Amino acid sequence: MSKPVIATASLAGCFGCHMSLLDIDDRILKLVELVEFNKSPIDDIKTFTKPVDIGLIEGGCCNSENVEVLRSFRKNCKVLVSVGECAIMGGLPAMRNGIPIKECLEEAYLNSPTVAPEDRMIPDDEDIPIILDRVYPLHEIVKIDHFLPGCPPSADLIWEALTALVEGRPLNLTYDMIKYD
Amino acid sequence: MSKLRFTIDGKPCTAEPGQTIAEAAKANAVYIPTLCHYEGLPPVGSCRVCTVRSGGRYMASCTQVVTDGMAIENMVPDLEDMRRAIIEMLFVEGNHMCPTCEKSGNCQLQALAYRYQILVPRFPFQFPGRHIEAVAPKILLEHNRCIQCLRCVRSVQTKDGRKVFAQRDRSKKRKIDVDAKLAAGLTDEEVRKAMDICPVGSILMKEIGFAVPIGERKFDREPIGSDIEKGPER
Repeated sequence: MSKPVIATASLAGCFGCHMSLLDIDDRILKLVELVEFNKSPIDDIKTFTKPVDIGLIEGGCCNSENVEVLRSFRKNCKVLVSVGECAIMGGLPAMRNGIPIKECLEEAYLNSPTVAPEDRMIPDDEDIPIILDRVYPLHEIVKIDHFLPGCPPSADLIWEALTALVEGRPLNLTYDMIKYD
Repeated sequence: MSKLRFTIDGKPCTAEPGQTIAEAAKANAVYIPTLCHYEGLPPVGSCRVCTVRSGGRYMASCTQVVTDGMAIENMVPDLEDMRRAIIEMLFVEGNHMCPTCEKSGNCQLQALAYRYQILVPRFPFQFPGRHIEAVAPKILLEHNRCIQCLRCVRSVQTKDGRKVFAQRDRSKKRKIDVDAKLAAGLTDEEVRKAMDICPVGSILMKEIGFAVPIGERKFDREPIGSDIEKGPER
């Protein structure tokens, strides 16, 4: 039987959740035996090369590229998991959600004291993904099957969720696994 | 007067006449989740997290007094799900960025969410536009996190009995206001107490934060209510 295939991505996140995934100590050796990685920053595979069983996504959606990547994950993954606070509720990037996007851009690119006068312009190159009006939790854009809270989710929670999904059993959550910070 | 007899989920309990269900439950080592309630303050029953059922009627256990022979339902699936829904609602209607919050680990809203193992709220996030107020010299008022439990309004007073906090407006516009002049007269100890009384991270003492390391905070190891369920110390 072939191994379950996993793909991961970081959208508007900080890669902290990926770090937490790598923080599973010696279980990382078991992980290599248990699953095969496809598109992921961990192995640097850029595009899906086969159907994926479990997609792990960190970070919310703050721009058009995030939405595109998320939709391609939904298309290619049987099960999609929101990993971390940003994926679940936007997280720290969502602190801008109460502020109109125009004000955000002006503050960052025009009025900030660290912007040199000659550099004052809001980026609008067509190669740059368009920023969204606010940061969206993943489940507001596509269907998400599972949620792992935490900033980052603990290595134990990620490991428990991964092994449960691979073995097809329900999650066995203990009190210390669910933390929002 | 003799003690009243009643049951919670079938467990025989006793109460003093005039005692509320929440108080009596605690004395009988039964945990009923509460949020706006704070021991020693007049109860207002605003959050409804402590809702129980008796005789088919729903009641806030922090305001309802025990009557003799009451059969109270507490930890039953539909009530637990309703409590969970209230907690989820409180999360989505504010901006609760736990990773940035000084109160994280000591927050009662968060602790309830941990107890119920909420992975994601069932309601859409509202992301309301709210502000941080720093007008009082020692107090930071973080409106993003306020759940309007009115604990501060009910408790924080100056020595001559004037209220430091008050509520303004109604419904969705309702917010807590601080009287900066009165707040300036509070001692550090009183400010610290106000911060403790706030169940979330809305009232913060300026110039301190993240004083207790992760792992040693109030709700890092045991769910909220564990101390009550263990029973009173002998």
